[in-house]
Amino acid sequence: MSKTPSDLRYTKSHEWVKKEADGSVTVGITDHAQGLLGDMVFVELPKVGTQVAAGKECGVVESVKAASDVYAPIAGEITAVNTSVSDTPESVNKDAYGAWMFKLKPSTAADIDKLLDAAAYEALVASEQH
Amino acid sequence: MGHRTPLYDQHVELGAKMVDFGGWDMPIHYGSQIEEHHQVRRDAGMFDVSHMVVSDFKGEKVREFLKTLLANNIDKLKTPGRALYTCMLNSKGGVIDDLIVYYLNDTWYRIVSNAGTHDKDMTWMNAAAKEFGGVAMTERPDLAMIAVQGPNAKEKVYAALGENLRESAGKLKPFHSVTIGELMIATTGYTGEDGFEIILPAKAAVFTWQMLGEAGVKPIGLGARDTLRLEAGMNLYGSDMDETTTPLESGLAWTVALEPKERKFIGREALEKQLAAGVPRQLVGLLLEDKGVLRNHMKVFCPQGDDARDGGGRAASGTAAEGEIMSGSFSPTLNQSIALARVPAGVVPGARVEVDVRGKRLTAKVVKYPFVRNGKSCLE
Repeated sequence: MSKTPSDLRYTKSHEWVKKEADGSVTVGITDHAQGLLGDMVFVELPKVGTQVAAGKECGVVESVKAASDVYAPIAGEITAVNTSVSDTPESVNKDAYGAWMFKLKPSTAADIDKLLDAAAYEALVASEQH
Repeated sequence: MGHRTPLYDQHVELGAKMVDFGGWDMPIHYGSQIEEHHQVRRDAGMFDVSHMVVSDFKGEKVREFLKTLLANNIDKLKTPGRALYTCMLNSKGGVIDDLIVYYLNDTWYRIVSNAGTHDKDMTWMNAAAKEFGGVAMTERPDLAMIAVQGPNAKEKVYAALGENLRESAGKLKPFHSVTIGELMIATTGYTGEDGFEIILPAKAAVFTWQMLGEAGVKPIGLGARDTLRLEAGMNLYGSDMDETTTPLESGLAWTVALEPKERKFIGREALEKQLAAGVPRQLVGLLLEDKGVLRNHMKVFCPQGDDARDGGGRAASGTAAEGEIMSGSFSPTLNQSIALARVPAGVVPGARVEVDVRGKRLTAKVVKYPFVRNGKSCLE
């Protein structure tokens, strides 16, 4: 069974989103997503400074099995990327919630509250499996 | 629910992720396919290949029959126990399946063929045997098969299944087999590593698998099986060749025995015609030089003319000859993406091609395969 930490928010495209104390958000892909993809071999990260709209492609995770886009959960500006994840893609498999990919400064702080909570994400995952 | 091998429960207990494979419920991995791949290259791993099809051919005319059925010549099997890799062709020279044939005695040969082609293979071979006469074909679903592969595979097999095996199986050259009690042990494999493939009664499969596990042989899934065989430059039926391709276009000319000229086999005329006209396509190895993964059916753009010969040409859009990735994946040993690709004749190792990878043109180098041998890269 995949883990779904209750203090995070989630998207329908299987990203997890953490609200930081300074108002920025940290983004990665969920444990469920890494399990579907299998062993990661490449992670492509966005450039710092990029403006993104909600739902825009914002990186790529590639496993032996398939490549999958990572999407910006909300609109904003990319403020940091985690180069250790692109150096060791397998960290996404080992610890999906520790292997953050990028941070962004939201255009609208309230947008994060519109994302799925843990229960809603677990329900989404359960429905996709049938 | 698909077909299940005798080892299904073992896979589930070991935490395998089970997937459908040609109508069979098989383990794709037991946690990490990359770790399983490294395990086989560095130590020893075991594969449940019981879904593969074992058929026995018996009778006074069996040798003559197989000499017409198979593109390689079983007369090469001079001593009992020897094995031969071959294609089985249709009258157009297209590949119906690839398989291994074992010479057991003068009136008994055994064939191991693919699971995914079971129905058409059985129909084809049964019909051919009936027409030829004097040959009885028996499928053997009562047999299971476990492949143990890796530099330490043989030692672990002796430790698990009996020191007495070292005496007989230990001396076997590659592509030979010996039957010891209930076990038929062959020095064949699909990984490019040392090891054995063991054909055994289905009833003995669970015990044998467990004994091997206790001797330190790790279970390996089909995901790693594919990256291992690709690194070893071994063809996969359905990807690298099918009924629309001849062995000559599929890197398998070495498995076709056109000598002696008097041996008539199904597909021979079509191959001779193709050779006379010039084989238009070939299978080559590709090494991706950018980050990314080559995948089946991606388009390949090849240099033409002088560019193709000097080995340094780069394809310009609109003037390139096109090819296609037949088997693309990631090589854990090389930490790079590799592929087998069908490209026009005339493209040579050292040439650079471009591959359309998800809308971007990435550069790949044409290389001879195998890519990896004895755990090490074969490439400069």
